[in-house]
Amino acid sequence: MGQLFTLACPVPLPATERVLLGHGSGGRLSADLLRDVFFKAFRSPILAQLEDQATLDVGGARLAFTTDSFVVKPLFFRGGNIGSLSVHGTVNDLAMGGAQPLYLSAGFIIEEGFEFTALRAITEAMGEAARCAGVDIVTGDTKVVEKGSGDGVFINTTGIGLVPPGLNLSAANARPGDHILLSGTLGDHGITILSEREGIGFDSLLESDSAALHTLVRDMLAVSMRIRCFRDPTRGGLASTLNEIAGRSGVGMTLSEVDIPVREEVRGACEMLGLDPLYVANEGKLVAIVPPEDSEAVLEAMLCHPLGANSARIGVVTEAHPGMVVIRTTFGTSRIVDMLAGDQLPRIC
Amino acid sequence: MKFLDEYRDPALAQAIVADIHRRVTRPWVLMEICGGQTHTLMRYGIDDLLPKEVELVHGPGCPVCVTPLELVDKAVAIASRPEVIFVSYGDMLRVPGSSQDLFQVKAAGGDVRIAYSPMEALDLARRYPDHEVVFFAVGFETTAPANAMTVWQAEREGLKNFSILVSHVLVPPAIRLLLNSRQNRVQGFIAPGHVCAVMGYGEYEELAESYKMPFVVSGFEPLDLLEGIRMLVTQLEEGRAEVENQYARSVTRQGNELARVRMDEVFEVADRKWRGIGEIAQSGYRLRDYYRDYDAELKFGVSMTHADEAPDCIAAMILQGLKKPVDCTAFGSRCTPDQPLGAPMVSSEGACAAYYRYRRHTRTEAA
Amino acid sequence: MCLAIPGKILEATEIGGLRLGRIQFGGVTRQAYLDYVPEAQPGDYVMVHVGFAISKVDEAEAQRTYAQLQLMGVLKEELGIVEGPK
Repeated sequence: MGQLFTLACPVPLPATERVLLGHGSGGRLSADLLRDVFFKAFRSPILAQLEDQATLDVGGARLAFTTDSFVVKPLFFRGGNIGSLSVHGTVNDLAMGGAQPLYLSAGFIIEEGFEFTALRAITEAMGEAARCAGVDIVTGDTKVVEKGSGDGVFINTTGIGLVPPGLNLSAANARPGDHILLSGTLGDHGITILSEREGIGFDSLLESDSAALHTLVRDMLAVSMRIRCFRDPTRGGLASTLNEIAGRSGVGMTLSEVDIPVREEVRGACEMLGLDPLYVANEGKLVAIVPPEDSEAVLEAMLCHPLGANSARIGVVTEAHPGMVVIRTTFGTSRIVDMLAGDQLPRIC
Repeated sequence: MKFLDEYRDPALAQAIVADIHRRVTRPWVLMEICGGQTHTLMRYGIDDLLPKEVELVHGPGCPVCVTPLELVDKAVAIASRPEVIFVSYGDMLRVPGSSQDLFQVKAAGGDVRIAYSPMEALDLARRYPDHEVVFFAVGFETTAPANAMTVWQAEREGLKNFSILVSHVLVPPAIRLLLNSRQNRVQGFIAPGHVCAVMGYGEYEELAESYKMPFVVSGFEPLDLLEGIRMLVTQLEEGRAEVENQYARSVTRQGNELARVRMDEVFEVADRKWRGIGEIAQSGYRLRDYYRDYDAELKFGVSMTHADEAPDCIAAMILQGLKKPVDCTAFGSRCTPDQPLGAPMVSSEGACAAYYRYRRHTRTEAA
Repeated sequence: MCLAIPGKILEATEIGGLRLGRIQFGGVTRQAYLDYVPEAQPGDYVMVHVGFAISKVDEAEAQRTYAQLQLMGVLKEELGIVEGPK
């Protein structure tokens, strides 16, 4: 080892001076962007808690408050469109804080020339999704940008919900021995979107799992108020979500590969493109960290809910390897499940 | 999935592992050449199942890793041109050139796209006749038939706005280079199954004969690799040096002759520079003169540049199997997949990146 | 290098002088060119790499290889071999 040591300073790679697509991928670049740009500028201790929603004490009530923007391409996909997604996404961010979602706002940035038939289809899907979820869209905004300055339509939704008293949910709460529960199959949304992408596309009957998860959360909290935290593994997939929780709680995690449910369509696409379902986005799944003594009851409640029919216990929180997520392979060996820097790229060669 | 699932059976894996344990009597150093095989070994933790006598070192078979810096710089220069739609396999986009990678070109306004197949690039050329479509044709022998067919088809259709930036390398010259090195430690090779599906394994028989070196052509699933390792260990323990074919379901001795005819029509063997290793004589392909109109380097007149690698990167040693990623002082500290110093940390198939992603914890636990 | 996976040919058609197949990989299908495997027919499995079939999977060889592996598994059980990873 000695002769390898060198005092030469490694050539530093130039820091990227422009925002890359990867900065929005939910991976490590996104975390860098938050830390280096937004936190520095905003300096809010509540923001710095890095939860999916802010929890605020306002006039004796505990409010959950969150916002999300939707830029999905294609706008219409199997199992939904950007409209339904924009409702589900924000409802879920509230639900992950244990809140009962109440009201949403809707902001539209529409590209000049966008067709009314498409806009109507999108807004109708939004309305329908909101009614199903029991939330009202109560305020909104519309801007139209010149052709070429947008990509059809972008939607922002902001949501407010009420957090029941006595709840203490945080990604910093995971403790060694806790169980990791997942509400269903991984990667359905991300692979559905990918299947329609130019240059990569393939055919399948797979549908996005886009769905509002607040009633599932409610049913789970009904059997245990001691659940440590909920997260919906969207961009960056389960791997990024669990790495974030492990990091924030200062614990390790060990997953069991055989127990992680993946559909045959998702598997096929991942095999073909060299992708790992652990990093693929979901829009209707949640992961919960649950104390071991409540795990069975909570899993039972999940399995009884229509959105949790494929739920499974996929791993445990450990004292060992803090901040690191490790997966036990079918061969009884283990490997790291790291957070990716940016988007997962098709591994072709 | 048929022909995948049955080769991932944990119980059978245990049986093969037990047989390897039974057969091995002394230390052996084996190399898998192909990055895809490195990926499988790491993903399933196969190195942890083997007896300590069997050491696996990882070869230079990752086309993304061995594409020289100069060529990435050329790709960046071409992709930055306003009239160009630059199309690449996904994992090439992150490879750093001397100043930029293709993602940064995209962020600065370049039209850079990912494709699963080179034929998608051809389709873009048909659809955008006012643009120049350039495909980054990297790869080993496995990928050459696809890239050759694409150029052949472009010529047949008379498409003038399509060209490829060629970075094609060949496995046997790299093996010869490793075996000619006085520092070589490798005693047996897992030959790359998909390369052999195209090329057959006649070339490897010559290598086995002249270097007295055993080869086993193996597949890419964990049981394929374990069985390949078992067959290699058996040869070594018995003092044999032959070419055996574990991957007979996909590989025949003669390979795919039709594919080779098309490759030979479009490409000719040429000297190639490998990132981390240097120039190897007759180790790659370039387009034949007849197809020079499809050569992006000529079309865009990108000049030859010289670029230096980071000084403390030991990629050359790693790609030759002389060192392991964890032997590098920069590994995991100054060199990570986010900030790679050298080629093997770049692609997920690169040995350093595979170690970083999958194996760091064993090192931490040991430390 | 060289991610290639086995897929089943569902159908094959001639387009622009090339032979294009619809190939099934698990739950998804995608097109791949079959010009390098003219002998492969619907129902056959081919190894597909970057949109091209590079070889036809030989079912007989696959069965032979797999049978050998299984035999090793059986032998291990019968002989009660307990060696293995520590």
